[in-house]
Amino acid sequence: MSAKSQVAHAAGQVAMFPARAVEPLMSGLQRVLGIKRMPWVFLIPNLTAVVLFALLPVFINVFYSVSGSDRLFPWDRPFIGGANYQTLFDCTNYLDPATCSRDLFWRALGNTMVFVPVQVTVMITIALLTAVCLNREIRGRGFFRGIFFFPVMLSPVVVALTWQWILQRNGALNGLLSATGLPTLNWLVFPNTAFFWSVFVTVWAHMGFYTIILLAGLQSIPRDVYEAARMDSATPWRSFTRITLPLLKPVLLVVFILAVIRSVQTFDELYVLTGGGPGSATMLMVQYIYEVGFAAQPRNFGLAAAASLLLGLALLVFTAIQMRISRGGNND
Amino acid sequence: MKLASMKTTTALALVLAALPATGAIGQEIRMLVGDTGTGGTLFEEMAATFEEEHPGVDVVIEEVSYQTIVESLPVQLQAGEGPDIAIITDLGGLSPFYEDITDYVDADYFEQEWGQTLQWLRGGDTESSAIYGMPTTLTVNGAYVNLTLFEQAGVEVPEEGATWQEWAEATRQVAEATGTDFPMEMDRSGHRFASLAISYGAELVDEEGNPVVDDGLRAAIEQFVEWHENGTMPMDLWGAVGGSTHRELFSDFLNANVVLYFGGSWTLAQMDTEVGDLFDWAVVPAPCGPSSCTVMPGGGAMVGFSHTDHPELVGELINFFAQPENLDFYISQEVEIPSAASQIENGVDYPSASENTQDALAVFSAQIPKMADAAYRFQGWRYQRAMMNSLTTRISQVLNNELSVDAALERIEQDVNLAIEAAQTNS
Repeated sequence: MSAKSQVAHAAGQVAMFPARAVEPLMSGLQRVLGIKRMPWVFLIPNLTAVVLFALLPVFINVFYSVSGSDRLFPWDRPFIGGANYQTLFDCTNYLDPATCSRDLFWRALGNTMVFVPVQVTVMITIALLTAVCLNREIRGRGFFRGIFFFPVMLSPVVVALTWQWILQRNGALNGLLSATGLPTLNWLVFPNTAFFWSVFVTVWAHMGFYTIILLAGLQSIPRDVYEAARMDSATPWRSFTRITLPLLKPVLLVVFILAVIRSVQTFDELYVLTGGGPGSATMLMVQYIYEVGFAAQPRNFGLAAAASLLLGLALLVFTAIQMRISRGGNND
Repeated sequence: MKLASMKTTTALALVLAALPATGAIGQEIRMLVGDTGTGGTLFEEMAATFEEEHPGVDVVIEEVSYQTIVESLPVQLQAGEGPDIAIITDLGGLSPFYEDITDYVDADYFEQEWGQTLQWLRGGDTESSAIYGMPTTLTVNGAYVNLTLFEQAGVEVPEEGATWQEWAEATRQVAEATGTDFPMEMDRSGHRFASLAISYGAELVDEEGNPVVDDGLRAAIEQFVEWHENGTMPMDLWGAVGGSTHRELFSDFLNANVVLYFGGSWTLAQMDTEVGDLFDWAVVPAPCGPSSCTVMPGGGAMVGFSHTDHPELVGELINFFAQPENLDFYISQEVEIPSAASQIENGVDYPSASENTQDALAVFSAQIPKMADAAYRFQGWRYQRAMMNSLTTRISQVLNNELSVDAALERIEQDVNLAIEAAQTNS
């Protein structure tokens, strides 16, 4: 046996050591449980992690939502049934938040229902256009890819503070407008402009991530399909709508689901940029949950847990619909 | 067998040898201090003397961000964890977690020096005489005025006793004459607004600890809204921000963009370092409302927590920091308003502060005896933060036409009652 094969043999022995060490244990287990139950033994480590870090928090959240007081530990909290949900749904007219006991919950819900579709549509449209541009043979393509991805690497608080300095009364944007003789505006003081900038800033901050995913999807489309279309005199628009979009559909669906979930979770940028204002014009659901559960004194963990479960439920339903559509698309 | 008995003997010997050593490790007291001002530096200096006097005691001063004390410390305390001592500002809100140190301190001395402010630590329990800690410093809300702008405009600075409306009128004239952006600004803080409200007759909380929404509060909100509508105050703070978010724009005063800024004594050091002699400024006595000329007090307190393993030592350490020589050292180095009666009466030397700052400190200190009872009561109320959060949230909604003043008052009452109800659901 050569020196090389001796080393390889020794390495194999070392690698097999753990397997040999547990072999008696596994054999014993197999004798007791039977071979059909053995897969569960191997799944236990992962299942433990899922139960501890995913399922248990959900159950704890459910318990918080049906318990009262400002106590932290579950065993110190009295059971109050559906009182927190009842408080949230205590409304004379669901379309008019002013008639609700927890009016800010309904205002935040209404804002979220407008913010999410607008932000996701704008984000995906711009990300797709950017990805299409970056997929072409343009000069400095790598540089531009880096530029568009750069905001994704910034902390949300840094993003919000930067835009606050740009948009405030004496900020950079008004300085620029003033220098060019254009009228200035206090951008974050009016509900409509504040909402516009909320969408703009969050799109700016996250667009790069989706652009990269879409770019990868575009690059996986075979070139010869486009060449065949060109030979058939297809216009660029027709190629885009008949080749690019259909072949990109699975990637677009993933991007769509990720973008919706991230959009519903929006909190940090807007909390620093507008604090949910003016009034409650940009207060979204997560900020409401934060305000009730953490900023309030005494902290109302129960109400915050109830609101977050409702939000989670809405996201679950939405994701199920998306997955169904996605499956339908694949079957076609 | 022989080997086994040797092992046992050795193990026993090691355990016995370790016992006296464990006793010598002594006791450790952890104290949490915010990073504002000088942070934990002065306390470390003073604690060294305490450690010399108490061999085997180790005082560990941990300096953390102020935000940690406001947001993380309450959660640690709820979990029965955290430091033995901390310097906190939510005096009434954290009252359920305090350790009663009456037996370990000179109680008469504490009552004599901090009689009224000790009540803030009792969470509104008017029958309690427990001593939970030592108020370290007082902060006082107040108005900073740009005197240079007044001089340039040729407008007289209103005298002591001038009303809020007279100040608004005077600052409007100055802003108009000098082209300054805004006449007045106020931190977006329920605490700052409470100064205005109480001077307009608002009670905010009664003697039994129940929230009060009255005509005084209505008048203050109406006045505040009017100032925003007529441009006396900008929308940037109270109008543009939502929820309970704290926001300030003291930079507007530092840059001479506003004539009067209503903030507090904690920005004095900033005035010295950032403005210096670029323009003349002063802190003016509390503007008067129809009810009184009062501002809100605030401040920090050094408290011990009930989960501590060393309550006696915690009490002794707080008692040590409370001694006159340590108090004088701390207040003069920190350039803060004292909270101890003897220091307020005799004054404190601030060798490192400028003349302007010393004058301003004198004005702030002079407001303390004039503060309304309602201001003291509100400061020590356990549900003060619930009321302050609701004030900021609802007033901003009124400024943005989401609520009428009547609806806002109803909401404020409801918000605070719901917070109290949620906290008291124990059965």
